[in-house]
Amino acid sequence: MPLDHFRIDDRLIHGQVVVGWGQPCAIGFLVLVDDEVARSDWEQELYRMGVPPEMDVYFDSVESAARRLPEYRADRRCGMLLTGDIDTMERLVARAPDITAVTVGGIHHKAGRAARLRYVFLTPDEEARLRALAERGVTVTAQDVPSASPLSLDALLRGDGSG
Amino acid sequence: MSERPAAIVAGHGGFAAGIVSAVEQVTGMAGCFVPVTNAGLAPAGIDEALRRALAESGARLIFTDLPAGSCTMAARRLAKEDPGLVVVTGVALPTLLAYACGSAVPEAVESGRKAMQLLEAPRAP
Repeated sequence: MPLDHFRIDDRLIHGQVVVGWGQPCAIGFLVLVDDEVARSDWEQELYRMGVPPEMDVYFDSVESAARRLPEYRADRRCGMLLTGDIDTMERLVARAPDITAVTVGGIHHKAGRAARLRYVFLTPDEEARLRALAERGVTVTAQDVPSASPLSLDALLRGDGSG
Repeated sequence: MSERPAAIVAGHGGFAAGIVSAVEQVTGMAGCFVPVTNAGLAPAGIDEALRRALAESGARLIFTDLPAGSCTMAARRLAKEDPGLVVVTGVALPTLLAYACGSAVPEAVESGRKAMQLLEAPRAP
């Protein structure tokens, strides 16, 4: 399975990604797309420290990720691309229209957000942006860990975690 | 026995509260630990929870559960701002027991390392 998992997760690289997905899916590389992290050696080192040596981590801005996507797609290892918010994923999809599926893996509570799932809290604007992504032809689902069933965008916005 | 300096224990789900309750059960001396969970929190929320726990307890030490975990990331960012803050990750019960019972941090860490063993099944005679 090559790079086919595009995940929005405000924690970026963390336990669920490295262990929860990394081990059962034998993920060989992560692509962390964040303009700020891409400019900070210290932040990159922080994220790299949490990743086992057999897993590569690549850091990109939105621009460089869009440019390097064909290279990542050609990698025969299983890979996951991460953004920390909907806005970053939206900008990436605008530059890389061959991204056809996006998973909401974790958008946690902060002021102004309402709970949709245990691991997804959204503002009205964020909801509208997820719908806009879907209207562009991107399949948007929610799934925190591999053992959970992916939920459709409608189920996510209804707050229906049972499906 | 002298009172131990306060320490934060931070991790996923109910890990921190659970391991602190285990220390209490074994030693009756878990009062130095302040549990913090990352459950439901965005990175900014984890940062805030750790800052609050540090401020309220006066702790200068954070134990976390997983090197790649979001609590560890948040703790390391705090330690960057405050180089006197010590972060220990991959914590296990023997480490906290040793700390609660008076070991210095390096010795407590070593206790955790040494306690991890593969116990082979005894061979039939």
